[in-house]
Formats: sequence, structure tokens, C-alpha cells
Amino acid sequence: MASKKIAILSGKGGTGKTLISVNLAAAEGNSYYVDCDVEEPNGHLFFKPQIIKKKNIFVKIPNINNTLCNGCRDCVNFCKFNALAYGKQVIVFEEVCHSCGGCMLVCPTQAITEKDKLIGVIEEGISGKVNTITGIMNTGEVSGVPIIKELLSIIKNAIGLIFIDCPPGSACVVMESVKDADYCILVTEPSVFGAHNLDMVYQLVSLFGKKCGVVLNKCEAGYNPSEDFCTKNNIEILAKIPFDKNLCSLNSNGKVAVRENYVNKDLFYSLLNKVKENIK
Amino acid sequence: MRVAIPINQRDIKSEVYPSFGRAPYYLMYETNDRTSIFLDNTAALSAGGAGIKAAQLLLDNDVKVIIAPRYGENAAKVLADANVVVYKNIVGSAEDNIKAYENKELNVLADIHSGHHSNGK
Repeated sequence: MASKKIAILSGKGGTGKTLISVNLAAAEGNSYYVDCDVEEPNGHLFFKPQIIKKKNIFVKIPNINNTLCNGCRDCVNFCKFNALAYGKQVIVFEEVCHSCGGCMLVCPTQAITEKDKLIGVIEEGISGKVNTITGIMNTGEVSGVPIIKELLSIIKNAIGLIFIDCPPGSACVVMESVKDADYCILVTEPSVFGAHNLDMVYQLVSLFGKKCGVVLNKCEAGYNPSEDFCTKNNIEILAKIPFDKNLCSLNSNGKVAVRENYVNKDLFYSLLNKVKENIK
Repeated sequence: MRVAIPINQRDIKSEVYPSFGRAPYYLMYETNDRTSIFLDNTAALSAGGAGIKAAQLLLDNDVKVIIAPRYGENAAKVLADANVVVYKNIVGSAEDNIKAYENKELNVLADIHSGHHSNGK
């Protein structure tokens, strides 16, 4: 079986991306779980993987040679992120720099070279039959995209199902995470906020031409604005997960529901089968 | 010598603006001939690094003294590199602050906030 990448995303945070990702990967067994939510990766709290490999992730930032600098300030004027200033010499604000490399290109005296800056780490591990790959970005860094690129390059030659736990929102880091996905699972909750942000990620995955379906999480009796959105837009509802105290309790204790004696674990197995049907 | 104050409106009687980097305008006062000019802050709407860009703007306009309620550590780094002195403003208009500066009644602004960047670390 060739590899298939399934991205799990949601506009709003806290809707249950990790719950779904972790349980699908565990239900599948021999699979990959990739945590692309590099600002706050939490899949490892459930899988508690045995770490077998660690890799530091670096980006390039400018390194100024003040003897070559003629004070023209072309670099300062070029930088759209305001990461450079010129007082008596060029000052670099490393945490503001987006590593575009432009300052180096515009410098007429070749006074700017690049140096490595550590922004995070990737941990590869194993939990049961699931291969876990987690990106962890250092606090205060501007973008997780370089870490996500590296995460996805690690699974390039993987075989089997790959579950990509995406960051919340619909910004660059999410686009990077879903770019290569074969299928997208949009996880949402029964709130107006949830439905609004579902709309945002639905627009995003549609723009990328991705096949997708929705998981309605935390379902209770009564009106569900997210379900309404799916009906109006003709989006397949893959599963309805009840707002269930037992599931909440397992989840808040860092347990993987399908690995426990959870009465409704069939929900995750039937969701997995539906997704498999959809990517055939 | 040029003194700059972040302000709300293009008026010497304007209040001092609470933020250094994102003030809409600066009043630039020339102590030699006691003239004032107003400068649009082109850094005000920056997505990030507003303090850095605003500090650069004032350096480029030959400002040597700044009167402000607060400023961040990135702006401080740029201004310190060019030996710009920052004073803490007093309650009142930009004009009141110019008078206070000329009467040597202002104190140097010592507390620099760690900013809204880098998650405040």
C-alpha cells in the first residue's frame, strides 16, 4: 500500500484535532502520527512515545561584517519586517527576522552573510505500532513553517497512512501542513465560533482543491451551527462525536480512547473506515 | 538640537501618545530656533518591528532627544546605539513637555518594557 496523507485541521483551537488524529492513528495501528502544531504540540502527551531520534532545526539569519559595511543602509530599507536598523552600525533583531535572505542580496559590499539560528527540534518516536513525529518550536520564534517543511520531508517515503495533526487557524503554517494531503478532516464543535472557523478552513482546503469531510465533535442535543453549515454547503459529515463525559475524562488524563475500554470507541473505527473509503 | 515627542494630532497642544513606536505623529522641536515641525510616523502600521522602524525614522531625522511615556527594548537598542537620550514625559501636552525639558525638569526614562514581541520573554 502506498502512503496516503490525511490532514486533520480546524479553524478554531480546542475543537478536537488531536483527539481525532491520535485516535485514528492508534486505531489504524501501523501508521504515522505527525504533529505539525509546532507551537503547542500535544499528541505526545497521549502517545508518550519512546524517542528514538532528535534533530535540531535551524533557519538562516544575517551576519554582518562591519569592516565591509559602508553604511549605505540598503539592507535596512529593504527589510519589510523591520528586523534591521542602523545607528552607528547595522543592528540585527534576530527574533524579528523572517529569514528571507533579502538583505544579503541587496548589500552592495557583500558585508552580509548568513548564519544558523536554532528555532526548534523534531522528535521521532514510537508508541505501540504508531510512528510519532513531533515538531517543537522554541518560544518566541516568528514562524513554524521551516519545522513543518522538515516534518513533511521526513515522511516523504513513508508507507501506510499518515495522520497530520495541523496547527489551528488557516494561516501559512496550516497551508504548509495540508499542502501535500490526500484528504482533509475538518474538526469542529457546535458553536457559532466553531462554525465560523470551519467556514474559513473549508474555504482554505477548497482553494487547495482537497477532498474533505467534517467531524462534528462535542455534539449535544439542540441546534448545531456547524452541522447547519455542512448541510448548506453539501459537505459530508464523517462522524458525530458526542459530548461524552467518559471521553472527556480519558482525554484529559492523556489516554488514547481506542486503546482503553471506552464504550464508544467504534466511533473512531468507523470514522477511520469512512476516511479510507474516501481516499481509495 | 532636535527633540521628538510621540503625539496624537498634528498640534503642539496634542497629548503625548501612550506608545512610542505606534504613535501616528511625532512633534520635532528644534531647541536652537524654537521651531516645531510634525512628522508622520511611517512605522505606525507595521505588522511587526514598529519600535525599531520608528527609532530608525527619528535617527534619520537627526533626533537626539525623545520624550515618551514608555518604549520597548528593541527601540531602546537602536536609540542607545546612536546615543539618543529618552526622557519620561510629564502629564500635559507636548508643549508642556517641551517647556519642562527646557527647564531641565524631566527625568531619564529608565524602565524599558520587554515589548509585545517575543511573547514578552
